Amino acid sequence: MIVLDKRPQPSRLWSYAAPVLAVVLTMLVGGVLFAALGKNPVEVIRTIFLDPLFSEFAWFYRPQLLIKGAPLVLIAVGLSFGFRAGIWNIGAEGQYIIGALCGAAVGLALYPAETRWIFPLMIVAGAFGGWIWAMIPGVLKVKFGTNEILVSLMLVYVAESLLAAMALGPLKNPEGMGFPGSRNLAQYPSAANLELIAGTGLHWGVVAALIAVIFAYVVLARHIFGFQVRLAGQAPRAARFAGVNPARMILICMGLSGALAGMAGLFEVAGPAGQVTIDFNVGYGFTAIIVAFLGRLHPVGILLAGGLMALTYIGGGIAQSNLGLPAAAISLLQGMLLFFLLAVDVLTHYRVRFAARQVA
Amino acid sequence: MDLSAINPILLLASLMVAATPILLAAIGELVVERAGVLNLGVEGMMITGAVCGFIVATATGSPWLGFLGAALGGALLSLLFGVLTQFLLSNQVATGLALTLFGLGLSALMGQSYLGIRAPAFPDIHVPLLGDIPVIGPIVFQHDPMVYVGLGIVAGVWWFLNRTRAGLVLRAVGENHDAAHALGYHVRRTRMLAIMFGGACAGLGGAYLSLVRVPQWTEGMTAGAGWIALAIVVFASWKPGRLVLGAYLFGGVTVLQLNLQAAGVAVPVEYLSMSPYLATIAVLVIMSAGRAPGSLGRIFHAAR
Repeated sequence: MIVLDKRPQPSRLWSYAAPVLAVVLTMLVGGVLFAALGKNPVEVIRTIFLDPLFSEFAWFYRPQLLIKGAPLVLIAVGLSFGFRAGIWNIGAEGQYIIGALCGAAVGLALYPAETRWIFPLMIVAGAFGGWIWAMIPGVLKVKFGTNEILVSLMLVYVAESLLAAMALGPLKNPEGMGFPGSRNLAQYPSAANLELIAGTGLHWGVVAALIAVIFAYVVLARHIFGFQVRLAGQAPRAARFAGVNPARMILICMGLSGALAGMAGLFEVAGPAGQVTIDFNVGYGFTAIIVAFLGRLHPVGILLAGGLMALTYIGGGIAQSNLGLPAAAISLLQGMLLFFLLAVDVLTHYRVRFAARQVA
Repeated sequence: MDLSAINPILLLASLMVAATPILLAAIGELVVERAGVLNLGVEGMMITGAVCGFIVATATGSPWLGFLGAALGGALLSLLFGVLTQFLLSNQVATGLALTLFGLGLSALMGQSYLGIRAPAFPDIHVPLLGDIPVIGPIVFQHDPMVYVGLGIVAGVWWFLNRTRAGLVLRAVGENHDAAHALGYHVRRTRMLAIMFGGACAGLGGAYLSLVRVPQWTEGMTAGAGWIALAIVVFASWKPGRLVLGAYLFGGVTVLQLNLQAAGVAVPVEYLSMSPYLATIAVLVIMSAGRAPGSLGRIFHAAR
């Protein structure tokens, strides 16, 4: 019979090895799944994980890696603060949408003015939009003890409806011949989030993501707030005695993740997406949850995990067009990855021992 | 706008139909949470149930077999959650989220060749005598059988939790798993069974959407119904009777909103369709006074 003994301290080795093992297991089980779909598993796995980096068209795909990875990393860094402290903001998707709407609204309101202040103003508006949307579950939790998981999630559906309303109403392009969707911000130089170095995929969102990673690393490793976040997650009672104010902690963590998600939305709507459309959001807010866990809630880990997840998006796209792999198979693969990570994490916290069955 | 086009009898009648998927999913989750487990994967189990039910029903032509398949599909998926949280001791919040993400992908993959097909019809039953009562008859006694099955399950759960020994054990496990373990009850076994019951109920709820309510398969068709079910469990303070009230309240908002859309109210459709979610939030704010089971969401690891 298998017995689990709690380790006095989480294993350092396994906390690094678990994500790797999870990826390997996902590839194996994913391979079986692809074989069941009638595809050559080796070819599919190679297409998803290696072709974007090393194939002859990799020059085309590599910039995509930054474009897809930046929003994931930006959102996941914010989420990781809350997750560490035991505050579950699951509604990043909604905060992303509202951030994009607020930021785009500012840009569209100032059209066609040309000053260099428009884009920074949009970033602020985007962050503010995400922040305010995250404050709703935050304040409700602090004031009424409402469950933040459920409220932040409900607000995703509200945000999706609001997005549709905006794309069809106030933000609709007046010169768009009646089609839903806003003006294309990418064609409005003062408001556009363009590539900084042509052909690299590097835009302001990537820069922001890197700054966020460094900022989070410094705060978590060096600042008292980072210590309080860790304490609140590991020992809530001890944290109270150490002077951590739970209400303040909730508001800061929710606000931080909301603001970052909102910024991610703005960078997306002003750059790669270009315009506010009914289906502007593509689930980055939810995938970022996987990225945060896969990166062990650690900024550097999140950076790596964001890269890996971007890889599955791009590789998945290639596999979809070249091998006819269904789009859903990729989201299944991503969900599976999180499953395996959570499963193998038992090795980090427990020692597995084989023991003879005891007579109770 | 013509509000007189809204027929109150039809409105109340469709309320019961709108509430049923949420009611089914919520009653399953209620049992899971009373056993001390927080499974946030309801949405994933519902959508998997929706696609499983649809596939089985179209393959066999029998909605009843479809519902059976949906319950099995939901239970099987919940088994994954159970193994991870009960045997591999993973975090329940994160695992539940993983289950939802996984379920959404899995269902989309399974259902891709079933898009645009209609489900076999599930005729309404007309309860003899009772169905002929004016006003009340059409509202309460002229629905498809699953509406009554759902209410039956709620009644059964109430009886099980409050009137049986096994129900007492389940509640003990949920209130204090260490004490229950010390008394010799099987914490893990109880919880695994509860989790599978929850999965089966969520599957039924999903299949109700794809077989009766819509009756079609579309990706992501649960659209947050699983999360609303979770909210309704909180609203009900973990009590089956109040669960019915919560689900019907939600069903009422949904149906009213749809009727207002049809009546052409001056408010754009997008704003009206937000209302069920906003109502859920409002309900959560008002009803956060209930006491959750003591061991809810905590990992059980028998210290030796």
